[in-house]
Amino acid sequence: MNAPFVPSAETASDTWTVAGRTFSSRLIVGTGKYADYAQNAAAAEAAGADIVTVALRRVNLSDPSQPMLVDYLKPDRFTFLPNTAGCFTGEDAVRTLRLAREAGGWDLVKLEVLSNSAHLYPDMIETLRALDLLVKDGFDVMVYCTDDVVMAKRLEDAGAAAVMPAASPIGSGLGIQNRVNIRLIVEQASVPVLVDAGVGTASDATIAMELGCDAVIANTAIAGARDPIGMGRAMKHAVIAGREAYLAGRMAKKMYADPSSPLGGLI
Amino acid sequence: MHIQVNGDTRDVAARTVLALVEELGFDVRKVAVERNLAIVPRSLHAETALEDGDRIEMVQFVGGG
Repeated sequence: MNAPFVPSAETASDTWTVAGRTFSSRLIVGTGKYADYAQNAAAAEAAGADIVTVALRRVNLSDPSQPMLVDYLKPDRFTFLPNTAGCFTGEDAVRTLRLAREAGGWDLVKLEVLSNSAHLYPDMIETLRALDLLVKDGFDVMVYCTDDVVMAKRLEDAGAAAVMPAASPIGSGLGIQNRVNIRLIVEQASVPVLVDAGVGTASDATIAMELGCDAVIANTAIAGARDPIGMGRAMKHAVIAGREAYLAGRMAKKMYADPSSPLGGLI
Repeated sequence: MHIQVNGDTRDVAARTVLALVEELGFDVRKVAVERNLAIVPRSLHAETALEDGDRIEMVQFVGGG
């Protein structure tokens, strides 16, 4: 009879902490681009997410009975991470997040100040300015940023609760384009590092975790898959696999072969 | 009361923020309200009086990345 499976102490307690809040899932999912909120909720469950990003927008005055996100993704089941999508200035970001804080008490937030461009990379100068304003207003700010290693350190020094470099442009699914920079950001950081934007499929998330990231954010990778629920499940496993590989310590790469079977005792 | 809500001018019967949210058909627990660029905390919805010309923003959480 096989011995019963006992989870190791490491896997049972491999949680991560951001701004004093501890989470077990290292996969954060976005809530945009789904067919409807029901599919969104099912995908978030399949992904095993604890945290979902959300946006704040005007209610639809001409149709008050329109389905609401909070009816499907319940605030007592998920931690909402309000974002500043659509805000191009620090003042807009503060105004939006104050409303989000009023709407649900959320003060762990995602700051994104995008450039007005086809690539949508964040405007880092305005992001830095917005970060200052938000920190002064009492928010814990996870900051979406470029993979500029020096800028990531500046954000941390300015009080970011986490730095979140893009793998590649939002919604592109192009995966991590600069592994060197992501690794360097992870090595220098004393706050959590999350890859956010550009993740396209499971292997992209695994690579992020193998580089030492604390967590991954994915939206289009799941919502834009042919089977979003299936991809949510895949991403869950991908993040776990990457994290366990990182903790296990990969083998060294070698320039040539190193045989696996013994050389002696050949018949 | 002649006010502006989410950019549109309208006439409403409501005299307080709470009454306005309900008149427009929303659940106060699911929206946040700003009146003339200042947030109106939910606990003060019932006692915050509306005035002619008020600019109200009423928002909710929606899907986003």
